[in-house]
Amino acid sequence: MSRPVNAMKKTLSDRFNLKPVLKEMKRKRVCYALIAPYVILFFIFTVLPVIVSIVLSFTEYNIIEKPTFIGWSNYIQLLLDDSVFLIAVKNTFIFALITGPISYFACLIFAWLINELRPKLRAWVTLIFYAPSISGNVFLIWKYIFGGDAYGLLNSFLMDWGFINEPILWLQDANINLKVIMVVQLWLSLGTSFLAFMGGLQGVDRTLYEAGAMDGIRNRWQELYYITLPSMKPQLIFGAVMQVTASFAVSDICQQLAGFPSPLYSAHTIGLHMMDYGTIRYEMGYASTVAVILFLITTVTNSVIRKAVKPE
Amino acid sequence: MSKAMIRTGRLPFSKKGMREDVGRRSYRSAWGNTIIVIFMGIIAIFMALPLIYTITTAFKPINELFLYPPKFFVKNPTLKNMKDLFATMSSSYIPYSRYLFNSIMVSVLGTAGHVFIVAMAAYAFAKHSFPGGKFIFNMIVFSLMFSGYVTGVPRFIIMSKMKILDTYLALVLPMMASSLGLYLLKQFMEQMIIDETLESARIDGASEFRIVWNVVMPCVKPGWLTLILLSFKDSWGDIGSPSLYIQTESLKTLPQAMSYIQQGTIARMGAGAANSLLIMLPPIIIFIITQSNVIETMKSSGMKG
Repeated sequence: MSRPVNAMKKTLSDRFNLKPVLKEMKRKRVCYALIAPYVILFFIFTVLPVIVSIVLSFTEYNIIEKPTFIGWSNYIQLLLDDSVFLIAVKNTFIFALITGPISYFACLIFAWLINELRPKLRAWVTLIFYAPSISGNVFLIWKYIFGGDAYGLLNSFLMDWGFINEPILWLQDANINLKVIMVVQLWLSLGTSFLAFMGGLQGVDRTLYEAGAMDGIRNRWQELYYITLPSMKPQLIFGAVMQVTASFAVSDICQQLAGFPSPLYSAHTIGLHMMDYGTIRYEMGYASTVAVILFLITTVTNSVIRKAVKPE
Repeated sequence: MSKAMIRTGRLPFSKKGMREDVGRRSYRSAWGNTIIVIFMGIIAIFMALPLIYTITTAFKPINELFLYPPKFFVKNPTLKNMKDLFATMSSSYIPYSRYLFNSIMVSVLGTAGHVFIVAMAAYAFAKHSFPGGKFIFNMIVFSLMFSGYVTGVPRFIIMSKMKILDTYLALVLPMMASSLGLYLLKQFMEQMIIDETLESARIDGASEFRIVWNVVMPCVKPGWLTLILLSFKDSWGDIGSPSLYIQTESLKTLPQAMSYIQQGTIARMGAGAANSLLIMLPPIIIFIITQSNVIETMKSSGMKG
């Protein structure tokens, strides 16, 4: 009986005795100097914004007047009364659930196949696959490819070959524009995770493959499943985080391709809803509420996925 | 096990097999390879076509731009769109070269600052343990799990309080504090730098700051080249944060010039494509130079879950 009490006392006194900690901090003060510039900026532009939006989400605030506390009413209005927000949530989840996994597996499969090529060819193919994601707003060219009139490249091609008789309004038709944007989104999505997988694949210990061949691995699928994927699990987790984060944030591309607001809000996303209230209507409290919801959705999804992929 | 060996017809205990065929490619079928090559070829074309279309459009003369039906390739390439971009727009009240200058300023300053402050912080996180260090680093890793988009609106408020809205700083400072760069460089340093090297530098009397620049950074060149690529491409092509934080026309960047070009009277599609070409080339060139370094860095990008 007395032993656990003693043990607890010890940990408590350890916990609250700050002297050794302070001493250690003093001894390591150069470390704080090293991290200070980065951490100060990180705090101002990442940590503080999260705190600010949580606080402001309970207020009404238009930047000019002081914020007034209004409790949960932003959340209630957002979740129960804002039908446009529900469209945004639906679209965001369509993006996250469809383009998210597809792009993740595309990154993995392409990285894996490219990795089999001879080094010189591999470098060029890597460049071709990665280039769209680093080309800035070049995706605007898709506006001309998916142009709504007969001058649009795809329309003119399809009409030329007799597949269709009239031009299709790829980006204006509320029934198809989301699908078109998804294609463009997929085109853009071989980004950081793709490179991480390339790195992971090249980091796999070669001798494992030889041992695997000895142990009776018969084809490339078995090799992938039994050797390659288990060896690059950390990269797979990192890639998942990158891809989930990116797919929940889809906004700019919708705005640029389908216009803002898009016809019948057909390409509206949570990110755009936030920007709408934050930068156009200057309802900062309400915009912060949207930001908090997006923050929660993204981080919770990421944590769940990280737990799920976690090594045994 | 032995059954499988017999089925593949490559017996590891035959002398020949021992020497050559127990490599990793021994059991790849030729059919599989052909199918994969065709599949990859189709995807590669899908990836490359829009980029090529941008390039060809940028060099199309005006009569080809409005040709019906539209043609993919250019017949008589011209530099007129490029000249238009600089010439026609220089007569308007903000010359095009100003947008170009702004983009270069922001991307170069931001990237240099990013590498500078991240190098020191990544070294401290990778090679020292100090109270609070783990906690702060975990916070940075956590921030990888939500995009900068979430913080867009509150950042706007904070910047307006700091009075840096509508200045270069509004674009440069957040870029310097990107968490992905810090995470990647810290992971890479952890793997590349041996404690003995640091010890001997300390015995020679080097300060920690000197160690970062003279000992650590030369060893992690692939790491900071990766940071340069990622940070540069993020800011060079970025339309999101400039359109949020910059209102003054003379401080806007190349991607923002796009909307201006498209409203203008100049042949908008050609000049637009020329502008896109200028936006797309620098990051691609940097990637061509740094590719092998970037992939080297990515080997240590893994997360433990």
